[in-house]
Amino acid sequence: MNEAIDAAIARHRDRPGPLLVVLHDIQAALGYVPPEAVPRIAAALRLSRAEVHGVISFYHYFRERPPGARTIRLCRAEACQAVHGDSLARHAEQRLGIGFGETTADGRHTLEAVYCLGNCACGPSLLIGEELHGRVTPERFDELLDGAGSAP
Amino acid sequence: MTTTVWVPRDAGALSLGAEATAWAIAREAAARGLDVTIRRNGSRGLYWLEPLVEVATPAGRVAYGPVTAAEVPGLFDAGFLDGCAHRLGHGPTERIPWLASQQRLCCARIGVIAPADVREYEAQGGLAGLRRALGLPPAEIVRAVSESGLRGRGGAAFPAGRKWRTVLEQEAPQKYIACNADEGDSGTFADRLLLEGDPLAVIEGMVIAGLAVGATQGYLYLRIEYPQARRALDEAIAAARAAGLLGDDILGSGRSFELEVRLGAGAYICGEETSMLESLEGRRGEVRVRPPLPAVRGLFGLPTVVNNVVTCASVPAILAHGASWYRDYGCGESRGTLPLQLGGNVRRGGLVERAFGLTLRELIEDYGGGTASGRPVRAVQIGGPLGAWLPPALLDTPVDYEALAAAGAPLGHGGIVVFDDTVDLAAMARFAFAFCAHESCGKCTPCRIGSTRGVELLDRIRAGTDTEVALERLAALCDTLRQASLCGLGGMTPNPVESALRHFPEDFRARS
Ligand SMILES: Cc1cc2nc3c(=O)[nH]c(=O)nc-3n(C[C@H](O)[C@H](O)[C@H](O)COP(=O)(O)O)c2cc1C
Ligand code: SF4
Ligand code: FES
Repeated sequence: MNEAIDAAIARHRDRPGPLLVVLHDIQAALGYVPPEAVPRIAAALRLSRAEVHGVISFYHYFRERPPGARTIRLCRAEACQAVHGDSLARHAEQRLGIGFGETTADGRHTLEAVYCLGNCACGPSLLIGEELHGRVTPERFDELLDGAGSAP
Repeated sequence: MTTTVWVPRDAGALSLGAEATAWAIAREAAARGLDVTIRRNGSRGLYWLEPLVEVATPAGRVAYGPVTAAEVPGLFDAGFLDGCAHRLGHGPTERIPWLASQQRLCCARIGVIAPADVREYEAQGGLAGLRRALGLPPAEIVRAVSESGLRGRGGAAFPAGRKWRTVLEQEAPQKYIACNADEGDSGTFADRLLLEGDPLAVIEGMVIAGLAVGATQGYLYLRIEYPQARRALDEAIAAARAAGLLGDDILGSGRSFELEVRLGAGAYICGEETSMLESLEGRRGEVRVRPPLPAVRGLFGLPTVVNNVVTCASVPAILAHGASWYRDYGCGESRGTLPLQLGGNVRRGGLVERAFGLTLRELIEDYGGGTASGRPVRAVQIGGPLGAWLPPALLDTPVDYEALAAAGAPLGHGGIVVFDDTVDLAAMARFAFAFCAHESCGKCTPCRIGSTRGVELLDRIRAGTDTEVALERLAALCDTLRQASLCGLGGMTPNPVESALRHFPEDFRARS
């Protein structure tokens, strides 16, 4: 883990304004930004720990705990609400047995809210990992969960 | 002889199964011993027809859609490789009325070319603007953009040429071009369509901006929610570099321009330009106090042009065809064309690029065709989460920055979201406050704290407890937000709240 952190720092420390790039790199490698990363980044980039932590906590995307195997980012914004995204959100919570921002007990799924995926003419939309799905009905949601998320 | 079949690799098309469609076509062609070349384009922006498959016939490209994988064998049976008729056929793509009636200047190539193919890009008019700009002194490039009347398409509609002139006039060791691809407004996807369908146009626009103001480094700030756009951009940047559009000798001119993509991290406020600059510098996206303007002291304290993706992508054609060519489109102070985005509960959603001046009604009724659910249109949200709610009766307003602002509905980034009669506008007003609370950068008290008060007030109004008092407080809160906010997030959140109240008062009465 520390290797991944140090590698991310080494790769980007010479760029101008590198902190977000470093955090992205760490989260891409580990799925989250572990607490151990904060002092290492702070020392390398000559920032205070509070500054580094302040940045991590400012951005909704960065997380400080490991996520489930798959992250489902469900759009809660207006254009998806217009096509009953709220019922889909309730269905997702029920089906997974968790709320937004939580991970299932078996560690398979994390459910997160996002605000617009740029797919507003094909809602309701969600991302599974980096794969976008549109016009997702509750039935389709179940298929996606069961079928490892491949496109129709 | 091989037949070329185009299958979009646009995130929206992929979200509806375009990848499986492409595979099915390849499989079916192989099984039938037919020679088919599958090429990948962006989306034409006709989303109710995605995945929209096009066959290149001797008579031009012929469209079929929506083509899911299951439809593919039937299409082969019907002879779609020869452009034959089929239940899903729409004839020659460019003659589909929804598309043929548009004026695609900025989005001329989306869905037409393979996005990272520099040769095709050039064959379809690309690079002419850059070539032209390379032969002009910087002030002349700025003048062309000023005279075109192009205004920023990210939301604030500030004249692009005026911003460029300010940056050109600064003396500085380094200047920057920062392209804003944070596209956070619900209902908007024009930036994404361009980034995935014609990224070279965005790149070309940024390079021209660099030549105009004397900047040799560009950053493109892309929202993390757009993974497909990131892939398309990476490919396009590599192709641009290989073709000499980027690097230290642009098209053999000896001029240089470098471009780096930086990713956002799920903060809506980072679309606000000064917040974006903070984020690019690796900090919390807290909004900066202005002045100084970014054009004077922007990224890393140096003069910076911040322009939206659509603004950047509009520039090459202006240089290629001349300022007056662009200016001749549009009306009043709104010149040129605008890629409008129709979304939500709409039958025919997608991208409509038209000259300013058409009415919202034409958009929603003629292009949109009413709701997808078949129920009556009850409300339309214009200009994203900080825009306004309008009832169908008020849709005769023309799409024009000033006319819409006068109607209390700023155009923003051009997103139009349709709702049917199941919408509850009090719930949407509550959502506006909740969104503001969720996304506030925390710098101003009314935005940080007041937004949560707003949520509570709407809960009381919806519950019917003390409605009169709560409504009074709500009005006062909106005044405070408008007057005491440093940026548009706090300052414009009253737009959706007050317009919902004004036009849909019945939703704010207590339900028994
Ligand atoms: C809260 C807020 C969010 C914004 N989000 C975006 C955005 O996502 N994309 C964008 O281009 N402009 C956005 N803007 C407008 C930018 O501040 C800025 O005006 C724009 O990027 C300048 O480019 P333009 O002149 O080409 O439009 C936002 C403004 C505010 C107040
Ligand atoms: S209005 Fe809100 S988002 Fe804007 S600067 Fe103030 S606190 Fe930050
Ligand atoms: S509002 Fe859900 S994708 Fe845009």
